[in-house]
Amino acid sequence: MSKNKHEAIFTPIGLNYDSNGRVEKSVELPPVTKKKHKSLGLSDDDVVGMFRQMYLQRRFEERAMQMYQKGKFGGFLHLYIGQEAISTGTVYALDDRDDIITAYRDHGWGLVRGITANEGMAELFGKATGCSKGKGGSMHFAKAENHFWGGHGIVGGHIPIAAGLAFANKYKGNGEISCCFFGDGAVDQGSLHETLNMAQLWKLPCIFVVENNGYSMGTAAHRHTVGEIYERANGYGMKSAMFNGMDAFTVYENMKKIADDVRENSIPYFIEIRTYRYRGHSMSDPQKYRTKQELEEYQKTDPVERMKTYILDEKILKEKELESIQEEIEQEVLESIDFAEKSPFPEPEELYEDMFAGTPYFHDR
Amino acid sequence: MAVLQFREALLQAIDEEMDRDENVFIMGEEVAEYNGAYKVTEGLLDKYGFKRVIDTPISELGFSGIGVGAAMKGLRPIVEFMTFNFAVLAADQILNHASKIRYMLGGQASVPIVFRGPNASAGQLAATHSVAYDSMYAHFPGLVVIYPSEPDDAKGLLKSAIRCEDPVIFMESEQMYGMKGEVSDEEDYIIPIGKAKVKREGDDVTVIASGKMYHVAKKAAAELAKDGVEMELIDPRTIKPLDMDTIIQSVKKTNRCVIVDEAHPYGGMAAEAGFIIQREAFDYLDAPVRRVTLPDVHAPFAKNLFDLWLPDAKRVIDAVNAVTYRN
Ligand SMILES: Cc1ncc(C[n+]2csc(CCOP(=O)(O)OP(=O)(O)O)c2C)c(N)n1
Ligand SMILES: [Mg+2]
Repeated sequence: MSKNKHEAIFTPIGLNYDSNGRVEKSVELPPVTKKKHKSLGLSDDDVVGMFRQMYLQRRFEERAMQMYQKGKFGGFLHLYIGQEAISTGTVYALDDRDDIITAYRDHGWGLVRGITANEGMAELFGKATGCSKGKGGSMHFAKAENHFWGGHGIVGGHIPIAAGLAFANKYKGNGEISCCFFGDGAVDQGSLHETLNMAQLWKLPCIFVVENNGYSMGTAAHRHTVGEIYERANGYGMKSAMFNGMDAFTVYENMKKIADDVRENSIPYFIEIRTYRYRGHSMSDPQKYRTKQELEEYQKTDPVERMKTYILDEKILKEKELESIQEEIEQEVLESIDFAEKSPFPEPEELYEDMFAGTPYFHDR
Repeated sequence: MAVLQFREALLQAIDEEMDRDENVFIMGEEVAEYNGAYKVTEGLLDKYGFKRVIDTPISELGFSGIGVGAAMKGLRPIVEFMTFNFAVLAADQILNHASKIRYMLGGQASVPIVFRGPNASAGQLAATHSVAYDSMYAHFPGLVVIYPSEPDDAKGLLKSAIRCEDPVIFMESEQMYGMKGEVSDEEDYIIPIGKAKVKREGDDVTVIASGKMYHVAKKAAAELAKDGVEMELIDPRTIKPLDMDTIIQSVKKTNRCVIVDEAHPYGGMAAEAGFIIQREAFDYLDAPVRRVTLPDVHAPFAKNLFDLWLPDAKRVIDAVNAVTYRN
């Protein structure tokens, strides 16, 4: 290590310690909403639906991870586990016709926007029956008919595209808004800053959402970006918010208010939702950059468990009923594995399909 | 001769050059505390400290430009891209600035910088993570493009690249990092930029292949030898400057040539080398030059389509059979 005290140092170093010598957490979670579901305008059915959504995402990914480890499919696998309250709270707050676009951590987003477990699992397996016909894999779940414009693998690449969706919505005057999700790491890309400027200047009805899960791969947020992320909006005179993403009700409450504002007034909005990534960045990540205690700390606020407890405490369902929902979802996921395994690979000719809308041309084929 | 992994050979080159010249530093995503996404920079932080081994945000355009500026001011940056697929975000700095500044300023500034990282595909990573960019960079004046295939070449050429006074694009592969090979123990081992290497001698056909495709061609050579066809296998190692002398000399001997290129066919290295071969060795050719490339299609995710997409030994053998009229 560098011995010279006056030596230049560029990137902030390692773990942050507070004044008591404790390791600071990579994201501080603000409090969750105290409101009950009825006062948020959610019915009992909505709450059960939210639980279903979250549980499906959780089990789908836990099973996908097992299949990956068994070598059933290749490529990258980035798990959304821990962040499910964000996708779930958001789709309940948005209209179904509103546009959603996200990065490569996209399975949860696909499932909440109507990709079936079958279509999702088959895509992971690279089968013809997958949501993207096996062409895109884990990073490219999409369901355009449901206004879910996909997962995207280039960090920050889809941010201007979200503004483009909003541009088209404003142009057509169709009352739809667009919503873009990306990680804390993507905040550092120039594409974000160019887009925020134009979105504010042109008053595009677009919500830019940072899912701050504490890390960009192995780099803690304070080591890759300056200041509080949501405050970036100030520089553009854009409205902003920051809230807890480990609770679906909190996400719902905030997103609903913001979506209404964005739709009514045709304005952009910049949001930081704080959450935590339980698993490694992808499947090959030794996770030496964080402590086990930190992970356990966040797991205490688990969004799925929280919803389960709420449903029982509020007597929305009996324990037995909740268990049977879980069993049902478990079956759905297990069947999706079966479906994916039995599905055919794409036909060889598919290699040349979907390249062009018009007459295809392939140089020197 | 020591047997080293490709990544270890790269690490030795970086380590030796950082040790030799304190103006050399390395920056990129996850290069320091994480020890490198592919462990090429393992241990460098401990040895050289935070000043010279720098983790960057995911800001490819920004940190590449910071590299260019630092190089103009006398430093020797090694900029690591997690893959060259992400370097397209930095294309403005590489193409509009690094490659052109010296010329536009009438020779008043130099940009001694190395942009390095894995190139091309690495299994089923889908369309945005699978592009071979060597030919694209080679298209632009002012850039050296190196794409070695074996640890020995990697070490000697990376050391040359770091000492080069001009910008160098140095390409590796996720799938080669673990490959082992003998590496010269020679102190300060340097391989000059722009020299191809005949890695296998043969009289029947010349095959040109660099980077990951070299290993595909080598496999084909072993298969063909069983049928009595002796391939002369040339690894250009440097895509630009391309050592056409070595290639032409070989073609004049074998009278047949197949070029294996990991890029798409339009305007790639195969097209360029093929053109020069027909111009310089037209009277020596017994068959039209053939090439094996990716199709003019993006990388698919599905395993079966991906395998169809990526050139393999069988396609090299087919091309050799075609130029030797054996089918
Ligand atoms: C332009 C670009 N650079 C680098 C990468 C490699 N990469 C993929 S994900 C990632 C980290 C992103 O972190 P964050 O934005 O916080 O999202 P998270 O993974 O936490 O969801 C990196 C560096 C990439 N895909 N694209
Ligand atoms: Mg993150």
